[in-house]
Amino acid sequence: MKPLDFFQYVAFLLIVAVLVVPVGNYLARVFSGETTFLSRILRPAEKALYRLMGVSADQEMDWKSYTYSFLAFSLIGTILLYALLRLQYLLPGGPEAKYLVTPLTPDLSLNTAISFSTTTTWQAYGGETTMRYWTQMLGLAAQNFMAAAGGLAVGFAFLRGFVRQRTSSLGCFWVDLTRALLYVLLPLAFIGSLALVFLGVPQNFMPYVEASTIEGGSQIIAQGPVAALELIKNLGTNGGGFFNVNGAHPYENPTPLTNLIEMLAIAVLPAGFVYTFGKLLDRPRLGWTLLGVMFTLFAAGLLICGTAEQGGIPQVAALGVSGGNMEGKEVRFGIGGSVLTAITTSNGATGSYNSMHDSFTPIGGLVPLINMLLGEIVFGGLGTGLYSMIMIALVGLFLAGLMVGRTPEFVGKTIGPPEVKLILLYSLVGPGTVLLLTALAVTTPGGLAGLTTNSGPHGFSEILYGYASSMANNGQNMAGLSANTPFYNFTMAIAMMAGRFALAIPALALASHLAVQGRRPTTVGTLPTDTLQFGVIVLGTAIIVGALSFLPALAIGPIVEQLKMIGSLR
Amino acid sequence: MLRQLRPALMSVLAFTIITGLFFPFAITGISQVLFPKQARGSLIEQNGKIIGSELIGQTFAQPGYFHSRPSAAGGGYDAGASSGSNLGPTSSKLIKGIEDDPATKDADESYSGIPQLAVAYRKENNLAADASVPADAVTRSASGLDPEISPENAALQAPRVAAARKLGEDAVRKLVDENTAGRTLGLFGEPRVNVVLLNLALDKAAPDSKPKPAASPAP
Repeated sequence: MKPLDFFQYVAFLLIVAVLVVPVGNYLARVFSGETTFLSRILRPAEKALYRLMGVSADQEMDWKSYTYSFLAFSLIGTILLYALLRLQYLLPGGPEAKYLVTPLTPDLSLNTAISFSTTTTWQAYGGETTMRYWTQMLGLAAQNFMAAAGGLAVGFAFLRGFVRQRTSSLGCFWVDLTRALLYVLLPLAFIGSLALVFLGVPQNFMPYVEASTIEGGSQIIAQGPVAALELIKNLGTNGGGFFNVNGAHPYENPTPLTNLIEMLAIAVLPAGFVYTFGKLLDRPRLGWTLLGVMFTLFAAGLLICGTAEQGGIPQVAALGVSGGNMEGKEVRFGIGGSVLTAITTSNGATGSYNSMHDSFTPIGGLVPLINMLLGEIVFGGLGTGLYSMIMIALVGLFLAGLMVGRTPEFVGKTIGPPEVKLILLYSLVGPGTVLLLTALAVTTPGGLAGLTTNSGPHGFSEILYGYASSMANNGQNMAGLSANTPFYNFTMAIAMMAGRFALAIPALALASHLAVQGRRPTTVGTLPTDTLQFGVIVLGTAIIVGALSFLPALAIGPIVEQLKMIGSLR
Repeated sequence: MLRQLRPALMSVLAFTIITGLFFPFAITGISQVLFPKQARGSLIEQNGKIIGSELIGQTFAQPGYFHSRPSAAGGGYDAGASSGSNLGPTSSKLIKGIEDDPATKDADESYSGIPQLAVAYRKENNLAADASVPADAVTRSASGLDPEISPENAALQAPRVAAARKLGEDAVRKLVDENTAGRTLGLFGEPRVNVVLLNLALDKAAPDSKPKPAASPAP
């Protein structure tokens, strides 16, 4: 790894660490319903929205009502988006029809609608060859906001399960949703989008431009309201690009500075949310312990992926080509900026890559794949990332409890048999979904038909990567996989729904179990959870559980490919 | 669940209007006033014609221009269909390339892998057959629209461009330097040379040696 890449990584993590406290404090105020500096402007809008929805600001819900609300909101959003996609041909303006060569078939529309309403934003299409501007705004940008706000609301309900005592209520979904949108997402997206335009990201409704190039050729240049989507796609940890190549497109991400802004947009809210968790429990050190685990895993990913990409492909180096693996990378980001983005987007459930992960070296591509398979416990999705991490922490606590023969406790709440069952149910959804669907794809003609660009172990990696990404609600891909077929559109949609709902429901149920309990006082027999020791237990649990679940699959894909590349298999 | 249908419907509708209509229109309105050039795609106009965008790479084939990186977007730098090659690290197409099959006379199956691209790069720049080549010169970018090359790549092309333009190498190097951007805050990203702006600067500095349009004009 080059020293400058290293400093770049350190600088990024330092900026995130500095922003954790103010962001965490702000989130705590917003969701506790306290007055913030934006209340004067936003309170009237908030009240009007509650009237429209027919809810009151002090309404409370048990976990079932909360879950039903979340499901109803997601369902209606999905239906509306599906209808918009199917009817987009009726919408005026924007690119001429001749440029939109990908038809929005029922299976592609269903996949896309589910993809955006679950914050996955897996894209089986290329934006500039499929979508009209109205669809990008009313459909995709709007779902970027709404699905993200829904995730943040669920994350906060989960948090309340630990904070509250002797109650069955977890807050009101509609109130949390509205606050997430008005106080968190909209103001940040507003400032951030304008900053991106200033730095070069287009924001217009012009038709595609036909330029006569300097050498006398002709070039069609796709345009559009890019900036308004660009910031929220990262801030909401959605990640679906305006254009086919997402954050690698010079219009989406024109400079290293826009890249820095977009990466901070991904990481800062989920990282701050962990601090909110510690703060509201009056255990800030617990928040920092969990953040410590996250930073450690993040840094390890950067070092391994960065070293692999700088090392490059030996067969290419033998041709006298210097400078590491630049296939599928942009010069302005280089290897350092591409790796930073690969690690941030794969940990942050976002998937707004700025380089082609399909062309990464086997080990370089293994790292983002593992980040997604571990369940995106490092920062993770907006709101949802918190329970990804806490669930692993609880598994670790349970294992540690077994070793010392005590009923595990977490922040004064007992983790008894009913809670452990929910935690295990949660833990099994990911491996079950990803491995079964991957197995189905590699044993059926419909699945194998997707391998049009690469084959062999790398083809296997492409398929595993796709399902891991869908299950993790990430949405990044190894883009060589031809995924716009009924087979992939339907199976990916199943994985995306599992990743969104089959995780949120046990998480909310667990929160309800914990909220009902009182808080037991800490005794000498309590395993402290705000220490280095506990951090190491959590780190170890994450690696062991992940390795046990996925090592065989990883061995068939990236690991065999690495051996093939360095030449021990011919 | 039925009781939640009203708030679900109303919230989706209200938020769609706020975030999918008001928000993008507000951003468009403000940015068209404050940053009109960037909002309109950083397009470059010359004699009333749009000749490209500062941010979007173009194909350059003539010796008198600096050449962009290889591109996998459409037929090359198709900014209506961005794409990378997506070839994996053990892909024989990438590592070895594909030769034209003489059996099929009409179809050209050939694909320039990294070896062919490296040979062509050395040949056009009069480099020794074993000369080291910067990676960005022989690899396809992620977007297929990368407007930039590395300073090392530009330095190797400078003598060729100077000769074709009948300019001093120093003059060409000076133009390269003027169109080179460093790392942001000294840390983020990589130093880079914008090929589109550099070639425009060349045309401005040496209008007499401007290469004649070779590619056929737009159909």
